[in-house]
Amino acid sequence: MNTCINKIRELSLELLEKGEVEKVIGFANGTIPMATSPIAVTSKQDIEKLVFNSTCGLNLANYLKQSLKNQKSKIAVIAKGCDARNIVTHITENQVRRNQVYIIGVPCNGMIDKVKIASLFDDEITSFSEDGDTLTVKSSLKEEQLSKKDYLRENCSLCMHRNPAIYDALAADLVEEQTFDNPYPDVDKIEAMDSDTKWQYFSDLTKNCIRCYACRNACPICYCPTCFVDESGPQWVGKGQNKTDVDTFHFLRAFHCAGRCTDCGACVEACPMDINVRAFTRKLNKDSFEMFGWEAGLSLSKRPPLDTYNPDDPDDFIK
Amino acid sequence: MENPYLPYPVRIDDIEIATEDKSLKTFKFVFLNKGDEEKFSYQAGQFAELSIPGIGEIPIGIASSPVEKGFVKFTVFRTGVVTSYLHNMKVGDIMGIRGPLGNWYPWDKLENKNVVIIGGGFAFTTLRSSIIYMLDPANRSKFKNIDVVYGARSPGMLLYREELFEWEKRDDINMHITVDGTDDPDWKYHTGFVPQIVEQNAPKADEDTYAIICGPPIMIKFTQPSLTQLGYKEHQIIMSLENRMKCGIGMCGRCNIGKELVCKDGPVFTLEQINQTPKEY
Amino acid sequence: MKFITIDKKDWAKGIENSRETYRLFGPVKDKNGFLIKSLEDDILPDMDYHDSVMSAKSVLFPQTEKMLKTTLDESQEDHHIMKRVETDTSLRAVVGIRPYDAKAIEIVNLNFDTEDYRDPYWCDAYKATTFIGLGINKPGPFDFSTSTGSGPFSEEGLDVLLADLDDKYLAKVLTDKGDTFMATCRFEKVADEKESLALFDILRKEAENNIVSKIDTDKLKEKTILDLHEAPFWDDIAFSCINCGTCTFVCPTCWCFDIQDETKRQSSFRIRNWDTCMSPMFTIHATGHNPRDTKTQRVRQRFMHKLKYFLDKYDQGIMCVGCGRCVKSCPVNIDIREVCNMMNSYEKQE
Repeated sequence: MNTCINKIRELSLELLEKGEVEKVIGFANGTIPMATSPIAVTSKQDIEKLVFNSTCGLNLANYLKQSLKNQKSKIAVIAKGCDARNIVTHITENQVRRNQVYIIGVPCNGMIDKVKIASLFDDEITSFSEDGDTLTVKSSLKEEQLSKKDYLRENCSLCMHRNPAIYDALAADLVEEQTFDNPYPDVDKIEAMDSDTKWQYFSDLTKNCIRCYACRNACPICYCPTCFVDESGPQWVGKGQNKTDVDTFHFLRAFHCAGRCTDCGACVEACPMDINVRAFTRKLNKDSFEMFGWEAGLSLSKRPPLDTYNPDDPDDFIK
Repeated sequence: MENPYLPYPVRIDDIEIATEDKSLKTFKFVFLNKGDEEKFSYQAGQFAELSIPGIGEIPIGIASSPVEKGFVKFTVFRTGVVTSYLHNMKVGDIMGIRGPLGNWYPWDKLENKNVVIIGGGFAFTTLRSSIIYMLDPANRSKFKNIDVVYGARSPGMLLYREELFEWEKRDDINMHITVDGTDDPDWKYHTGFVPQIVEQNAPKADEDTYAIICGPPIMIKFTQPSLTQLGYKEHQIIMSLENRMKCGIGMCGRCNIGKELVCKDGPVFTLEQINQTPKEY
Repeated sequence: MKFITIDKKDWAKGIENSRETYRLFGPVKDKNGFLIKSLEDDILPDMDYHDSVMSAKSVLFPQTEKMLKTTLDESQEDHHIMKRVETDTSLRAVVGIRPYDAKAIEIVNLNFDTEDYRDPYWCDAYKATTFIGLGINKPGPFDFSTSTGSGPFSEEGLDVLLADLDDKYLAKVLTDKGDTFMATCRFEKVADEKESLALFDILRKEAENNIVSKIDTDKLKEKTILDLHEAPFWDDIAFSCINCGTCTFVCPTCWCFDIQDETKRQSSFRIRNWDTCMSPMFTIHATGHNPRDTKTQRVRQRFMHKLKYFLDKYDQGIMCVGCGRCVKSCPVNIDIREVCNMMNSYEKQE
């Protein structure tokens, strides 16, 4: 990924020097192993802070709206395949205009599953480095050399859109897309469960939720000024640890993301309790795909299925 | 141990519509349990949490004065979930009051001093409490001159109109009532914004004069320079802040600004204290 | 000072004995991390755990807690009169708590137990709880507790401090509550005082030497609140923040909460839930005015409260105990250690 970082820095420097953008949103090295932190670079001196590696699991499209101060603002964003799709969604939903964003596209080989790697150790990881497909992870008790392809996040291992759908410049060469006969094996597994098992599966999933809303806040398409859980007149959802309230938050949020989620995994990455928040949205992604042939954010010109009506939309839910 | 979250049960004894647009109502409450009124004994400047079971609580300045016995009064503006519900309640309904909460205007410091009271809009509630306290025969001699500047958008939006006009007739208090504008030809008092009227009518500051201001942030913002011009120093300007509150007893952390908790270290602060606190109010 | 030796093979039996009197809480493994939970049935606290994701504050201060109840049924005599809900104030013990978590409880005590008001729910729970701490022989890379007035063998807030000596525990009994707990467990093998004191001293020094993470707090007190508040670095720090509640919920010293009434048919409860100053809704007034409506203001509030306002208000050090949970859990890796060092070294440009 080193040439990629150099290209990112080169492009960013050029954009800032020419005054074409006010800031470049990218990732900087974190203060702890396997972490990177989103950063807004506005001056040449800070260009060296920009990095890109397999721990850049968050979605930078999340920072678009807050960074565009007014109609004339323009910023640059480092966008992986999934991130670029979210930018498309922002544009089709009128949250930003195309000419306000300079997309530095990064064809992506996947991000690592930090939780899976951490579970190999009995103590805290003290250092992490990567070289091509090899990950070197150390703690005070041992060192592991891992193959990145065995430790990809689940969404990355199932990703079919690793190349950005739109971009103004590419920071690296396009990569080969993965294809799957069945792109939703994880959803099939859950669908195959009987009612009780399925109920138990989802109950277990949310039992540690602490209502921090990190998942919602890390998600680029959750941008409602007042989220439904924060409404007070009337109040839809309780704010406590009542199981129904917790589950309602997750299920309803998933429905609000239906047809818009790109499975970027930022929600799972952000969750402090390691909840697989994607389990809720995956089914809706599959439904969108099967019912409407729709995957979010692939084209600036097409309207999402929940936006439009077509007489031959599937209606077998009408019994 | 006393549970500070438990409200005293009260009954609504009277409801008065306080302003012409009906957005404010004055509620008179009577304590259900004998002995609670004693426990609730308060000072002018304090507030209480009005508690409606099943709906919620709101922190409201106490409008009645400690010298008025047998009841407590609050004037409430309808703006959200709890206040809307309260506005629809009837005489005889039961709810709760928690308090008295917060600190009060520094009455001991104000003894033997001239006091200038400045209020705007519906922030006049605790100022009513203060004026009635000061004018009470048992207390009047403790204070020197009392000046009051109170303004609202129009005559119908002034709170406690009858009382204001009564006070205007007295010679132991100087009232400067004003409205932003009116087309009532019989309006005998001032017309103009509060900061202007303060500049024109408030006494110049000396060591023995203190000003108490209570009002919307914008009124305070423009009145402060007028007072400074008249020579009032930071420690002579006393203000009552508002902030979002929940527990009212300094535990939930919501009203925290700098190292102060508005519900417990305030809501009354001097300008000197406020200037050392971040402007997050 | 009393010291007791506990052979590890006697540990389980002793803990079982304590269940006669105490409800037990302690760290247990959950999926990939550890949580402090109620120890049901025969589950023992995991004494080999590395830090828990959530702190022990939930033992005294649950995330959701019913405070008052009332009936709205007007046919009942006491309708609309609020009463305290019955709370379980039976004895409980937290076994295996980290010393910095115990210090955190003492810090939170300053908030809930004051001269003017006492929060009965917290105070009753605190009175009923015995804290059995476990010294950390090998502090993790995110533990910076020695910089905050705590440490891997700190005794503040604990009733008993255990030292793990491979095949046994050496217990330092610090309070009467601790003594009672040990007696209930029937851990009775008294150890030599002088030797034990020396051993604890060695362990403490070794553990403290193993702390790799440090922050500087020495200059925080001399700076003014307004100077730090107006410092130019807050925008940069706040940029990546996503305003979730993670840092505040995992933090052992964060105590802010929200109070709401929840009604079902004719019965209503006033409940409190943890709340977070990072939420945009935290300070919004009914009029819509929001004193902290920008992200920078909220992020700044959190760090100023933890590292400056608390310091000035109580003069007992900073409000952070150095557990490192927020550093590990923050989705965007905002690091309080960096912020603290920035604040500590900030010099206002004239």
